[in-house]
Amino acid sequence: MSEMWTAKLRNKWQKELPIEKLLPDDQPAYVGSWIYVFGVLTLSALAMIIFSGLILAFEGPAWYHTSDAGKFTNSLHFWSVQLFFVFMVIHLWGKFWMAAWRGNRFATWATGAVAFIASIATAFTGYLVQTNFDSQWISFEAKDGFNSMGIGAWFNVTNLGQMLLLHVAFLPLILGVITVVHVLMVRKRGVVPPIDAEPSSVSEVGR
Amino acid sequence: MKAPSDSKRAFDAAPWKGPTKRYDIVKEGTIALVFVVVLTIILSLFMGSPDDTPLTFKGWAISNPDNLYATTVQELAGTSGSATYGGPYDNASSGLNVGPLWLQKWAGVTHPINSANDFVIAPLSTQITSLEIANALATWKSATDTQRHDWATAYDDAITKVEGKLSDVPAGAYGPVPALAKGLTDMAKDGALDAALLSQGGFFQTDNTKQILFFGDGSYLDDAGTTANLQGGTWGMMNETGRYPGQAWLWLYSFWYQIPPFNNEESKPIGANADAYIMYIMGVLSLGLVLIPIIPVIKTLPMRIPIQRGIWRQYYETQGIKRRKK
Repeated sequence: MSEMWTAKLRNKWQKELPIEKLLPDDQPAYVGSWIYVFGVLTLSALAMIIFSGLILAFEGPAWYHTSDAGKFTNSLHFWSVQLFFVFMVIHLWGKFWMAAWRGNRFATWATGAVAFIASIATAFTGYLVQTNFDSQWISFEAKDGFNSMGIGAWFNVTNLGQMLLLHVAFLPLILGVITVVHVLMVRKRGVVPPIDAEPSSVSEVGR
Repeated sequence: MKAPSDSKRAFDAAPWKGPTKRYDIVKEGTIALVFVVVLTIILSLFMGSPDDTPLTFKGWAISNPDNLYATTVQELAGTSGSATYGGPYDNASSGLNVGPLWLQKWAGVTHPINSANDFVIAPLSTQITSLEIANALATWKSATDTQRHDWATAYDDAITKVEGKLSDVPAGAYGPVPALAKGLTDMAKDGALDAALLSQGGFFQTDNTKQILFFGDGSYLDDAGTTANLQGGTWGMMNETGRYPGQAWLWLYSFWYQIPPFNNEESKPIGANADAYIMYIMGVLSLGLVLIPIIPVIKTLPMRIPIQRGIWRQYYETQGIKRRKK
């Protein structure tokens, strides 16, 4: 029984990330600053981006130019992206000043940073598929940077079809997976203790 | 700053054994989601979103026909930006480089573009509206490459000499080039060039590379970008049309284009290859962001600059914890 891959995976999961860690009903007493809110706000904005993006995907890239409902949905997508980045940047700065990579949390930091970079790539392709003047301009200007690195040979910013597929399929998938891994690592490792908290300052009294 | 002791490292890594408090994580997530949804709806209702109509070749032909005409001549002469670009469109130049790294050249030609044929001859061949156009196309197609080059270059030079004022161009051995340029400009005025450029090669088309490159060779797109304050020299990457925020998160990428030597194309080698240098710099900085936890000095800043004291102020006060000694 114990030789089964399935059983091994389940046992490892239950040991590393039991449901009590995944959905805790308590947190360390130091989790009290407003800065902690920006992680969940970032996730909320991402949910709004995916929701509004799905509607836009079903209707096609040019729908919002001619429909009031489309225009409103596009606005939801646009503003949720703007909020997403505001929240994420504040979250990122907060975690930097907390040195949140301490205590074997390097991978948590790294996945967050990669998620930030992946978000920039995803948003960039979104600007390219607006099918308006802005996307004409951005694609013309941006091609030089990608071409100069040889990337433009395969990542052609003036190819609407390629950018649309990357924006609605590949990049969100990558970003989604990284985000899930990041959140699971936060839950597994727990919230990093304060920088000035020493072992001697913590009693075992608990809750 | 005193380096963390082994016991401190182990303490940071271990499950928290100190005081805790009730924390409803699902409730927090739900409130955050409702807050974001409401805020997004309010912003969308009151602010809308940017959507400036895309430029068309018809618009270009009507607003500045002489520029479209002169650009067409450049495409035929092989002197336009597209015709001299290099990879991934052609082998006309080696492209940009950083030191010994010629990545643009090494990546090769993956989207071959012949600006004379793809931008002028092929579209014009789909709509032969007069005997003059038919004769001009036949003359061009039956001529040698050298003859074509001589005609188009002579005409391109003549237009450049009179600074684009077409009525001042003296008579010369230009072959069919004037007729081809006029034919394409007229075709664009009728609105036929936009579709002809896109539809080359088949019924289904989703690649706008040819249209975008042709647009960029003239002044129409560039002028529109300047009017909308989108030029790279004015933090264009961060801007958006109208009163809307753009990709503000690209501020660091845009920053390099504002300072020497990156903002001076005459400066060699960096300014002349600024696009490549800036991509490398941003690549290194992006890697640096990921690796901050192991970069000396940077990783110690949170311990040196006590912003964290504010973040955990309540806990420190409650527990009577002083700042770690230097």
